[in-house]
Amino acid sequence: MTAVISYPALSSEEVVAPLAGLSQSAPSPAGDDPAPSESNQPAKAASAASRPSTRGWPRLLRRGFARLAQAAFMIWAAASLTFAAVQLAPGETIDTLLGVNANDPVMRAQVIQDWGLDHPVAVQYLLYFWRLAHGDLGVSYVEHRPVAALLADVFPATAELTLWAFAIAVVLAVVLAVATSGGSRLGRALSQAVELAVVSAPPFWIGMLLLAVFSFRLGWFPVAGTSGWRAVALPALAIGWPIGCYLAQVLREGLDRALEQPFALTARARGLRLRDVKLRHGLRHAALPALTMSGLTVGNLLGGAVICETVFGRAGLGQLALHAINAKDIPVILAAGLLSAAVFVAVTTAVDLAYLAVDPRLRGAGTWQEAKA
Amino acid sequence: MSALALPVSLRPQASASGARERALARATAAQHRRRPAGVILAAAIMGLVLLAAFAPQLLTAADPIAADLLAANQPPSAAHLAGTDYLGRDVFCRIVYGARYSLVIGLTATAISVLAGLLLGLAAGISPRWADSLISRAVDVLASFPSILLALVVIAVAGPGLVNLIAALGLSGIPGYARVVRAQTLQVVRSGYVEQARALGLSRPRLIAAHVLPNALGVVPVLATIGLGGAISGAAALSFIGLGPQPPTPEWGAILAESRNYLRVAWWTGILPGAALTATVIASTVLGRAWQARYERRQP
Repeated sequence: MTAVISYPALSSEEVVAPLAGLSQSAPSPAGDDPAPSESNQPAKAASAASRPSTRGWPRLLRRGFARLAQAAFMIWAAASLTFAAVQLAPGETIDTLLGVNANDPVMRAQVIQDWGLDHPVAVQYLLYFWRLAHGDLGVSYVEHRPVAALLADVFPATAELTLWAFAIAVVLAVVLAVATSGGSRLGRALSQAVELAVVSAPPFWIGMLLLAVFSFRLGWFPVAGTSGWRAVALPALAIGWPIGCYLAQVLREGLDRALEQPFALTARARGLRLRDVKLRHGLRHAALPALTMSGLTVGNLLGGAVICETVFGRAGLGQLALHAINAKDIPVILAAGLLSAAVFVAVTTAVDLAYLAVDPRLRGAGTWQEAKA
Repeated sequence: MSALALPVSLRPQASASGARERALARATAAQHRRRPAGVILAAAIMGLVLLAAFAPQLLTAADPIAADLLAANQPPSAAHLAGTDYLGRDVFCRIVYGARYSLVIGLTATAISVLAGLLLGLAAGISPRWADSLISRAVDVLASFPSILLALVVIAVAGPGLVNLIAALGLSGIPGYARVVRAQTLQVVRSGYVEQARALGLSRPRLIAAHVLPNALGVVPVLATIGLGGAISGAAALSFIGLGPQPPTPEWGAILAESRNYLRVAWWTGILPGAALTATVIASTVLGRAWQARYERRQP
């Protein structure tokens, strides 16, 4: 997505792309990825239609496994990338890893042993994965503690923050989308303008404004800290608000499309109020693209958390990573990056698998390929 | 792939009644009427940012770095439009001078993302299937790192500084452009006119240069305009946590970081820099979207 760090852009391309990604599950071992030849497409569609859902479950399993294999590949590649980053860094690898302790002979010897630096690169690489596979993320040469323990200390706080932020985002998105879809032009224009402004405002600035008003002026919330719901409320709001407005845009588009469908008309004819049509029928249809997008906001949630933890003086992944950068504590940075990539892959994979379970249309043969064409 | 492959149920609904068409016509007309106000405002903001970036002395007479401790933390007044910060520096002046850093960082980072994304997307789009998968998977891996954390890793390994900040931001922007360009290229490569040109015997390089490239590129400047806002905002976020230009450089994120510590006594130092940042991001998004709407109308 264009949405690198913030996410102002919303084109239909972005909404469709994640769906398309599901169909091109990487090296599909079952080989059910049809070759993109034009001639056999209609034939395939026809045969799939004439042979309804009897073979649905095996296909579903195969697709599920293919998706899991893809996730495993992604994590392997992300880990390889962090390994490559250390190798490609300017200067000697050992100096990069040691950071401020580069002149300590004892630690030098330890790093050479830990990372197998006296061996060829290929052996170092295998050793790196051997340790990763055993949950050993290395040792912080600044804190003198295993990186895994450092991460385990701070990750719950970041997870709590991101989960609250996500909950706020979802509630906000549903309320905004249901309230403004299919309604008056003025209400929608107003809501769109507000959404654009909120999505464009950097979360750390929103956080500062919240801090200035609710903590310094009104004194309702603590200025800094990590414990208690009061401490998490403002940062979660700062991160969740823009993401909620972003998801609201996706959800409203889906709701509007659902309301144009014949079933919406039928429901209205049965005497349902517009609000009930939206809540009971529309949301279910609009939820699918919004679900994909919310899976993709994990990166924004984690990134927002990293920045907002600084604003609110919260302990967490962000604070840890920032201290590590200032101390040149490379193993910690790499692990923090790898952990967030793993979380991202895990969540997007879970969303795609949930799709397979929820939407029977995806169980058929190459449905999305045809939809894409 | 042909349109025939599209199942009937998934085709765009043919309008059953005239009502929907009328509504559509109304919406389009409204769009035509509404567009100028917002777009003109956005263009004005962008113009102001450009003016601030290239000729800051036209907007303010003060010095962005000169400290005056006797005038520290003063609220907004006629002499200091946005007040002064903890060192007595004029906040408005610092914002004006900061536009240059934010704009240059945003533009160069976007340029890197666009250029690399373009090359990767184009290569993926015209390559054989295995090479396409290889490039696409590599792009996916890059996209799986949250961009802030990717930037943190890059800056940690390469060291802090302006150049590395730009490189980190540029790197994290690549996947978005690469994916769009790849999708566009695939569409063009499979189109009738490319097949026809191939039948006429055009060589592969000429085919790509004359037909594929211009048609696949169309949407890129549009996306880059929208993406510029994201890059500026990302640069501010990284500066905010101290990984950008170091004090006393008046970069917007850095100004906000300094004002964070004085919110209790001088809240005004935190309002205007953030507002300038947000306004710039909004302006580039609005301009990009208006351009996108125009571009899509031109498409069949």
